[in-house]
Amino acid sequence: MADSSRPIGARPLSPHLQVWRWHVTLAASILHRAAGVAIYAGILMLAGWAYALHAGAGAFAAYTGVLASTPGLVVLFLITLALLFHLANGVRHLVWDVGFGFATKTADATAWGAFAFALVANVGLWLALAASGKL
Amino acid sequence: MSDYSTPLRRARGLGSAKRGVGHFISQRVSAVALLLLAPWVLWSGYRLAGGGYETAQAWLGRPTHAVLLILTLLAGLYHGQLGLRVIVEDYVEAELPRAALLILNVFVAAVVAALAIVCILGVSLTNGTV
Repeated sequence: MADSSRPIGARPLSPHLQVWRWHVTLAASILHRAAGVAIYAGILMLAGWAYALHAGAGAFAAYTGVLASTPGLVVLFLITLALLFHLANGVRHLVWDVGFGFATKTADATAWGAFAFALVANVGLWLALAASGKL
Repeated sequence: MSDYSTPLRRARGLGSAKRGVGHFISQRVSAVALLLLAPWVLWSGYRLAGGGYETAQAWLGRPTHAVLLILTLLAGLYHGQLGLRVIVEDYVEAELPRAALLILNVFVAAVVAALAIVCILGVSLTNGTV
């Protein structure tokens, strides 16, 4: 813990990203952050949707046209994947915050669970979109 | 090894013990809000996909939808802004770019929030069906 001989001002440093051995909890941790950034981009796109809708039929058609293009759909697919992962992993964090799930095996299992949930739910969502002819 | 320093001496310089948890708590509270709103957002996106202009207008004309969309954007921008702040604090060391990015981060969230609310209310109030 705190070393009392350390001079005030020399702040503790957390170990840097590249010194860690890879394991699933590490992947879940850093991807939680990356997913958060992707979702923020998604929120800006959602605000853009509201702006286009307010701007009128032409602007809305142009905006949704970009979203419905192949690159647009790839971006949306990745954003819903990020959202579903961040959601599942966020629940994992909230459970930790009330004091449960810290055992190594549990933490590993829930990390895999968050990845599995995100993949399955996202593929399911997009298959349902495709099946109902909305794409 | 014996350590005769007081707890206060050991805690000094390690950060706040009072309002320091504000960021942590705010992040969790907005997380819980978004946990409730995210399934609704995904469901609405699914319903509106491929629907076109009139469908979207009619959808946003429902007060429930306008309210939930505003809450989603506010909670999302707030939560995202808290997260981006930590990323800047973690990775940007130089003082001036760091301060500039932290300020920009708050400004972007505030501007987007205000813009989105005005647009949502505009559509909602002109297409209102209670």
